[in-house]
Amino acid sequence: MSEIVNMPMAKALNAGLRAALAADEKVLLMGEDIGPLGGVFRITEGLQAEFGPRRVQDTPLAESGIVGTAIGLAMRGYRPVCEIQFDGFIYPAFDQIVSQLAKQTNRHGGTLSMPVVIRVPYGGHIGAVEHHQESPEAYFAHTAGLRVVSPSTPNDAYWMIQEAIQSNDPVLFFEPKSRYWPKGEVNLTESQLGLHQSRVAREGTDVTLIGHGAMVSTLLQAAEVAAGEGISAEVVDLRSISPIDYGPLLDSARKTGRVVVAQEAPENASVGSEIAATLAEKAFYSLEAPVLRVSGFDTPFPAAKLEGLYLPDADRVLDAVDRALAY
Amino acid sequence: MTLHTEQAPEPVRFLSADGTFAPTPAAEPFLARLDSLTDAHHERFYRDMVSVRAFDREATNLQRQGEMALFPPSEGQEGAQVGSAHAARPQDHIFPSYREHVVGMIRGVDPVNILSLMRGVTLGGWDPTDPKNGNFHLYTLVLGSQTLHATGYAMGQLFDGASGTGNVETDEATIVYFGDGSTSEGDVSEALVFAASHQTPQVFFLQNNQWAISVPVSVQSRTPLYLRGAGFGLPSVQIDGNDVLASYAVTSQFLDEARVGQGPRFIEAMTYRMGAHTTSDDPTKYRTNEERAEWGQRDPIVRFEAYLRARGASESLFTSAAEDAKDLCADVRARTLALEAPDFPTMFEHVYSEEHPRMREQSDWLTRYEASMTEDNR
Ligand SMILES: Cc1ncc(C[n+]2csc(CCOP(=O)(O)OP(=O)(O)O)c2C)c(N)n1
Ligand SMILES: [Mg+2]
Repeated sequence: MSEIVNMPMAKALNAGLRAALAADEKVLLMGEDIGPLGGVFRITEGLQAEFGPRRVQDTPLAESGIVGTAIGLAMRGYRPVCEIQFDGFIYPAFDQIVSQLAKQTNRHGGTLSMPVVIRVPYGGHIGAVEHHQESPEAYFAHTAGLRVVSPSTPNDAYWMIQEAIQSNDPVLFFEPKSRYWPKGEVNLTESQLGLHQSRVAREGTDVTLIGHGAMVSTLLQAAEVAAGEGISAEVVDLRSISPIDYGPLLDSARKTGRVVVAQEAPENASVGSEIAATLAEKAFYSLEAPVLRVSGFDTPFPAAKLEGLYLPDADRVLDAVDRALAY
Repeated sequence: MTLHTEQAPEPVRFLSADGTFAPTPAAEPFLARLDSLTDAHHERFYRDMVSVRAFDREATNLQRQGEMALFPPSEGQEGAQVGSAHAARPQDHIFPSYREHVVGMIRGVDPVNILSLMRGVTLGGWDPTDPKNGNFHLYTLVLGSQTLHATGYAMGQLFDGASGTGNVETDEATIVYFGDGSTSEGDVSEALVFAASHQTPQVFFLQNNQWAISVPVSVQSRTPLYLRGAGFGLPSVQIDGNDVLASYAVTSQFLDEARVGQGPRFIEAMTYRMGAHTTSDDPTKYRTNEERAEWGQRDPIVRFEAYLRARGASESLFTSAAEDAKDLCADVRARTLALEAPDFPTMFEHVYSEEHPRMREQSDWLTRYEASMTEDNR
């Protein structure tokens, strides 16, 4: 019998981290304000009290320092899990991530592994000031040597964080912060999918909607509205951004012939662009319409009062669905 | 070899916590700076501190009432900020972090512009190229980044010959504000390297308010932080940041030394963030009431008020300062509530210096889309 518990993603992540800390004493959490405060989103709440200040560390305030020392700790056999406080504050660590972390295993000819996880609360919908609502996943998906994932449900968060920590490669773990608090069912007994598998979140036959992170709930909302209009939309949750598990995407595209890819991130050179190109290459003869993208605009993430216009919502997705169906 | 693991000797301080004038030995070299201060200056210092404390509370309330995304209060740090802001000369450039509201106000920035950033209607708020804003540059939320910008700006002042002529009335200098937590960011160390290398006309003004959100300064440094500046070769001092006179005297002397060509300087102002880090923060999770109460005993406004009273300031100063602060708050509240979301096309403006095809395309698309949505809803 599986134990099923209803909890928000924030608690599921906390539980997943706790399980990982308990399972392997080499697992360390490091980040800004993750100790007594429990992180600004309270994801690590109580963990320092439980595992001590060495296993759950408030680091000096330096992102490059956090990731750079995590690399050294990994060389020494630790499995660091770094928290970057907000999406927009990952860039001071960019060099350490893309030039160092991503490349160590390759440069060592496979003799050294880099089991480092970097947790990043990301995305909009929280009405915050600049640098607090960005979606920078494409930069990392663009870099060889990094695995990039993003859960959309509490259940996925619970399992994927543990699987990411078990990975011997660096994993960028993007947490959709607007989804931290809605509750969902978590199966505490067994994981249904691997870290890098995509998942059909809703079945349908007329059009395929693809997204990751917080966008998945927007897509499900759009699918619900579409159903009311007699349109059957299938929703695929990517879960993994690098590598992308194209099997379910291609199956769905071949079934419906129409695809909309949605993301909060700006469109230019984005994950959505990559998916559109790949589906066009691999499912060309099954497509009835070009793969359409719905994205954030190619501007800086705007002031909070404009975020509702910047971020794709169900209406923008449905607008693309209409356009896809019009072909 | 000396290991500087303990607290520094007595910092530069003129006013003891009870307001008596009792300069510490470290303050002696800066004493002469107080000579030029008149009663009018003192009044202004006092009024500014009182105003910003009221502003701070008003802004916090506005945030609590859902009228702002966020607000970082500066309560407790008024002495450090008001003293240093008045030390800058009109030609100086100021690079703040995000908590120096009163510095901006002293330089001429409308406080409502500061709140417009926090209300989420703009990503900037004021125009530092407009002389009315007193060369007060935009807030920078990515910690430490602005220290490098300030250093680069000061390099420009140097390369232009706008500083170093020996005339304090016209030579330019730059001052940059940052926090104790931010000193750990690589950018801050790099800024100190460049400043020392170029001998920029610049003052690094570190407000050590003891906390970086929930992390105490002991996690950032085991030595007093003013030694960080010294380690890079900058003349560096620690001051009592809750003594507005110490902040004024040391900053004005350091800025003048820097502007006439003696190179960059470093100030560590010891102070305390009395409020939450921002309105999203809950300090009860990580610090004690005793600690806060202890710093409350060293309040910069109470201290300066006691000093002014002992000097015979008239009661009307204190009552009118309080009234003016109230008026300021009423005005700020009314105008903040009137700040509307900008029209969306502004999102696509000024992303590039020239017309850009992608901005045009997406702006046009959104215009059409929005129009079609309103039609649908009819
Ligand atoms: C590069 C970067 N990392 C993290 C943050 C999140 N953050 C905002 S303020 C803050 C603490 C800053 O402390 P300090 O420098 O002492 O300044 P104070 O807030 O105390 O004035 C943190 C961690 C940030 N803004 N930028
Ligand atoms: Mg601080």
